[in-house]
Order: sequence, then C-alpha cells, then structure tokens
Amino acid sequence: MAKIRGAVVVDIEGCKGCGVCTVACPAKVLALAKEVNGKGYNYAYMQNPEACIGCESCAIVCPDGVITVYKVKVD
Amino acid sequence: MAEITLKDIIKEENLVYKRSEIMTGKTLSYCPGCGHGTAHQIIAHTIQDMGIQEQTIGISPVGCSVLMYDFLDLDIQQAAHGRAPALATAIKRVMPEKFVFTYQGDGDLAAIGTAETIHACNRGENITIIFINNGIYGMTGGQMAPTTLEGMPTATCPYGRDTSIMGNPLKITELLALLPGTYYVTRQSVHTPRAVRQTKKAIRTAFENQKLNRGVSFVEIVSNCNSGWKLPPVKANEWMVENMFPFYPIGDMKVDGKIVNK
Repeated sequence: MAKIRGAVVVDIEGCKGCGVCTVACPAKVLALAKEVNGKGYNYAYMQNPEACIGCESCAIVCPDGVITVYKVKVD
Repeated sequence: MAEITLKDIIKEENLVYKRSEIMTGKTLSYCPGCGHGTAHQIIAHTIQDMGIQEQTIGISPVGCSVLMYDFLDLDIQQAAHGRAPALATAIKRVMPEKFVFTYQGDGDLAAIGTAETIHACNRGENITIIFINNGIYGMTGGQMAPTTLEGMPTATCPYGRDTSIMGNPLKITELLALLPGTYYVTRQSVHTPRAVRQTKKAIRTAFENQKLNRGVSFVEIVSNCNSGWKLPPVKANEWMVENMFPFYPIGDMKVDGKIVNK
C-alpha cells in the first residue's frame, strides 16, 4: 500500500513561537524548540519527522505563514 | 524499499503548501498567534487562487491591521477611523470592475464606524467587508470595545464588563444580516485548520459575489487577542472557544440574500 510521507520547513527567523501549529498537527510532529531564534522566540521544529503526513494543517493555521509543506507518495 | 529521508521529500516537485506570493514577506507586526496574520494569509491565498491581484483594491482600517499595505502586495488605501466602508463605496462606484474589500477590526467597524458600516450595508454597495472581531481594542492597549463580552475584564473595565452600566455587547453581524442590502453574511473563525478552510471558502464566496452585483458580502472572523486578553496564544484560542463562541456562534447568517434559519 502506498504510504504518504510529508515534511515541513519552518522559516526559523520568521517564527514567533506561538505554538498554534503544534496543537493543530494531528500527528504530533511539531514542537517548540528549547533554543531561540534571533528575536528570542522558541521556534517550531519537527520533533518527530517520521510521523508527518503532509496534511498542511500546521501551515494553514500559521499566522505568519512561515511553514512550507512537502508531500510524497512512497510505494 | 529504501528508507526515504527528509532530503528526498523536501524538493520543489513535492511542494504542497507555501506562503502566498501576494504576501510581501515582511514580518507581520502582529503579536505571536494573532488571528490577523491567519486572516491575511487566507485573503492572500484567495486572491491568488482567483488570479485577481491586479484587479483588487483593499481598504485598511485604523487598528492593529493599519499596516496591512505593508504585508499584502495589493493596491491598498488606508481609511480614516471607521470610514473604510464609505471609502470602499467611493472606490467601487468609480471603478465598478475592481474587486473592493475592506478589512476592519471591531473597534473600527462596530464602534466609530457603525454609521458608515450600517449605511453602506443598507445601500447594498457591491463590496466585501471582512470584520475581525476579538472583543477588545487591541492596538491601543486592550480597552473595552462594543463587542466585549459581559463580565470580560479589559483595561477600562478591570472587574469585567458590567452590562448595567456599560451596556450590552453588540452583535453587529446579526444586525447587518437583517438589512436588505446585504447579500451574504457569515461568521467564521481561524483557530483550527478546519475553521481556516471554512473561512477561506467564505472569503472566496464573498469575493465571487462581487461579480453578481447583488450587495454587500460580509464575513466576520471571530479572532483572538492574546495581548489584550493576557493569555498565551493556545490558551487564548481555548478561551475563545469556551467564551466567545456561545455568544458569537459560528455559521452562515444570510446566503444568496436569504436569511438562514437555524
């Protein structure tokens, strides 16, 4: 059966660390990093990249539009 | 089956979502987690999908979103406080082929701009109004707005809104739905992926309606104000679901000029 694998790229410097994406993610992929970006925000990152299904949920709720989503079908 | 790595997934041909080209890429001036940002992304994506970037004129209000012209790569005119529907009327009448929308907060639309809003809706101007309702004056420091809920603390009513002195919260969207000039009136939110998808559909309908020339399309977006509510972004969204939604229920109020009975 074909499996869907996704990945997200977060623009770290644009992220304001609001955490709305971490709640929106149905696969619990995203989390806020312990490190901070140049503005001092704990940016979002893929804590569990294997689970990502590329559903775009995180990207469409992101107020700053810093998430880009990629998706691929694996046979 | 070879193990697939992130490098194999992150390629141009696998791209499914990225920020709209209509966003200028400037960092938004909004607080972390603010619904304004999400609303901007939705508007940008809708205009991009419809391919009407060149034909769209936006009106930015006074409030947090006053700098909208910095963030959206569109023709935007900034209006005096509350006067965005009046300005939109003028622009639409002079250039009826353009898509004209206003983007207003609750202090702008429901307080100082009540007259302009109600009369533009009553005249049935062929414009789109996007109304962000967070129940507070965000930019000026969290003062009480007409849409502030009963018992909700703000900077100017720190013990909560007492309706016996301060009056009742204003459901302006319900009010506008009763006017014959409105063609499409709906209330949406942007706190979850599902809500964002529905809001995008509503905004798309509101823009498409301008081709019909039937009247005002009004989209209210119930949003959060983390700084004004003094809550972290995720908690603010939960608070909004618990407190705002019972008073401001989500859903269509008027579709194709007919009031929706619930």
